Amino acid sequence: MAYLDHAATTPMLPEAISAMTAKLAVTGNASSLHAAGRRARRTVEEARETLAESLGARPSEVVLTSGGTEADNLAVKGLYWARRAGKDGGPPRARVLASPVEHHAVLDAVDWLGEHEGATVEYLPVDAHGRVHPEALREAIARNPDDVALATVMWANNEIGTLQPVRELADVCAEFDVPLHADAVQAFGQVPVDFAASGLAAMTVSGHKIGGPYGIGALLLGRAYSPVPVLHGGGQERHVRSGTLDVPAVAAFAVAGQLAAERREWFAREIGALREELVAAVRAAVPDALLGGDPDPAGRLPANAHFTFPGCEGDSLLLLLDAQGIECSTGSACTAGVAQPSHVLLATGTDPDLARGTLRFSLGHTSTRADVEAVAEAIGPAVERARTAGLS
Amino acid sequence: MTSQIPSAPPRTSRPLRVLAAMSGGVDSAVAAARAAEAGHDVTGVHLALSANPQSFRTGARGCCTIEDSRDARRAADVIGIPFYVWDLAERFREDVVEDFVAEYEAGRTPNPCLRCNEKIKFAALLDKALALGFDAVCTGHYAQVVVDENGERELHRASDMAKDQSYVLGVLDDRQLAHAMFPLGDTVTTKDEIRAEAERRGLAVAKKPDSHDICFIADGDTQGFLAARLGKAEGDIVDESGTVLGTHEGAYGFTIGQRKGLRIGTPAPDGKPRYVLDISPVDNTVTVGPAAGLDVTALTAVRPRWCGAAPTGAGTYTAQLRAHGGETEVTAEPVDGTLHVTFTEPVRGVAPGQAIVLYDGSRVVGSATIATTQRAAAAV
Repeated sequence: MAYLDHAATTPMLPEAISAMTAKLAVTGNASSLHAAGRRARRTVEEARETLAESLGARPSEVVLTSGGTEADNLAVKGLYWARRAGKDGGPPRARVLASPVEHHAVLDAVDWLGEHEGATVEYLPVDAHGRVHPEALREAIARNPDDVALATVMWANNEIGTLQPVRELADVCAEFDVPLHADAVQAFGQVPVDFAASGLAAMTVSGHKIGGPYGIGALLLGRAYSPVPVLHGGGQERHVRSGTLDVPAVAAFAVAGQLAAERREWFAREIGALREELVAAVRAAVPDALLGGDPDPAGRLPANAHFTFPGCEGDSLLLLLDAQGIECSTGSACTAGVAQPSHVLLATGTDPDLARGTLRFSLGHTSTRADVEAVAEAIGPAVERARTAGLS
Repeated sequence: MTSQIPSAPPRTSRPLRVLAAMSGGVDSAVAAARAAEAGHDVTGVHLALSANPQSFRTGARGCCTIEDSRDARRAADVIGIPFYVWDLAERFREDVVEDFVAEYEAGRTPNPCLRCNEKIKFAALLDKALALGFDAVCTGHYAQVVVDENGERELHRASDMAKDQSYVLGVLDDRQLAHAMFPLGDTVTTKDEIRAEAERRGLAVAKKPDSHDICFIADGDTQGFLAARLGKAEGDIVDESGTVLGTHEGAYGFTIGQRKGLRIGTPAPDGKPRYVLDISPVDNTVTVGPAAGLDVTALTAVRPRWCGAAPTGAGTYTAQLRAHGGETEVTAEPVDGTLHVTFTEPVRGVAPGQAIVLYDGSRVVGSATIATTQRAAAAV
């Protein structure tokens, strides 16, 4: 088996598994006042401190959630609700600015605000690599700085791996006092992610993408911001996110987060080198394959390799590679299991027919040269066969 | 004479790469499980045929809901085979749905399941499967593929005549048949036994209700579907002499032999029920008359397709004229690309647009689409 879908989820690190299993047998609600509660709370707060340190944040800025999707929803909806009334009786702030290449957890939340909550959604232009330019953001805000509720632009794209100029975008937002949120789910562990240095108001991270457990994530949230909660209840997590904390998952998330930060340079160098080999092998086998995202290593995730194969259906390729024990993704979301042309590729101006023939290989901490060799061997015949099957 | 070799080869024969079409129902799930158990390398595929599969559950059991797709996926997981969803909605719309509407509009009565087998399952799906390196397409139809002494493949009725679905497969030609696998057709099996087998195999679809309706008409209201597509077109209901008896809201809403829903105020002179004898889209007229007017002695059918070599002259066959219909004895002869059929005894309720499937014993000889009929009373 060649598992090359680490962007979907990556194997849990042994250290995280140890941390998690050690806590599973320990009783304690972190909100309780007695000894068991205090013990649990200590675990949670130590984990929070570890995560904060790994991400360049203060512990109080770490709002634990059930994962990336919830953190994205909390940031987008919560900040919109908190700010839409306008400042001190000023005009309502109804505009939500978003990149069109966002993950569906942001994209659908933004669209929902437009459809149900009176938001005016404005998608920012992107270049052929899917990148938002700071001038484009400035132009959009400057049209009416007073009516912008928030802007949201992901740190690194999950399909094509392009990085956004987060710091520059945050600087533009800061000029106009507009909060900027970034989904950093794919970036954490692969590129330097420092919340304080980024200038972001809010930032999403997820456990299972970095070798931690499923079902845990966090919204890094600047102390000046009080989004309206999506989940109401016991008032945990700064009253922004209620719900009893999953102590074992929190502990394991922190371990994974710390290791992701510590091993980032190793990861970028070693796994990045494997990625370069994979790209070279695919190009050698299929000369007309198109590489997606920013080709400049400085502008992209080191472990993502996205290809478009003209004349192929991504689904066909997936089936053929799966039969050879190679596990990857088309990169785009499905509707009822039916692959749709990727909104990311469409936003970058890719022809819709071409956009159906994509594959995303995403490498991770367990990737080996054997994985790359398996792809090198299988991709040529698979593409040839998928071309015969054509576009139905 | 033919030797009865099962269409799903036993364990000892060469394993095939099989693509199993899985609707989410119990039959196709058991078929896929049997193919896998026979040692084949099976991959499951659910066909997304609806352009708008957003609804989780529609009124009737169909093959297009998200729930069906999930049921199929769950069954594939239990069987332990890979599973994919293929989007054939556009082909289905063009080749089945639009054809269905156009046929009704032309005053004929189409069979969309047959059309789907001909154009989708054993054409679009099969072609893609073959291109991707599969050897066969497997479905949950009750029919048998039998190999004769010359190695030719023949399509036969299912062992269990009550479950037989060879009628809706009668359109398959040699090439299509060569790559078809029907693991359910070889055994005498009641639906209860199939359900018990599904239960035994741990397939949750064991208790799922059967699908009866046309899958793309979710609420089962064919007339409503046609009215929405074709609009209302008021016309006359007349008797055989041309006397106007009433009005209708669209000739397409009727089927030859239909008795109910005519809403004619004046009773027939002889007091006997009246039936739809003819539908004329040209002048938007529906002709009604006594049951005897339905007796058909002969018909001409078009687009004949043969399972094997086309017969050279007239022959005697048994024929089936509709799904779940009985058998009737006929003489049939290919003439200039059409098929001339004479009934030994007159038959009733023969609707242009339906398929006539010819059998030699249990073997499917071929099929054609009924175009015109000759009545005993008068040619209508």
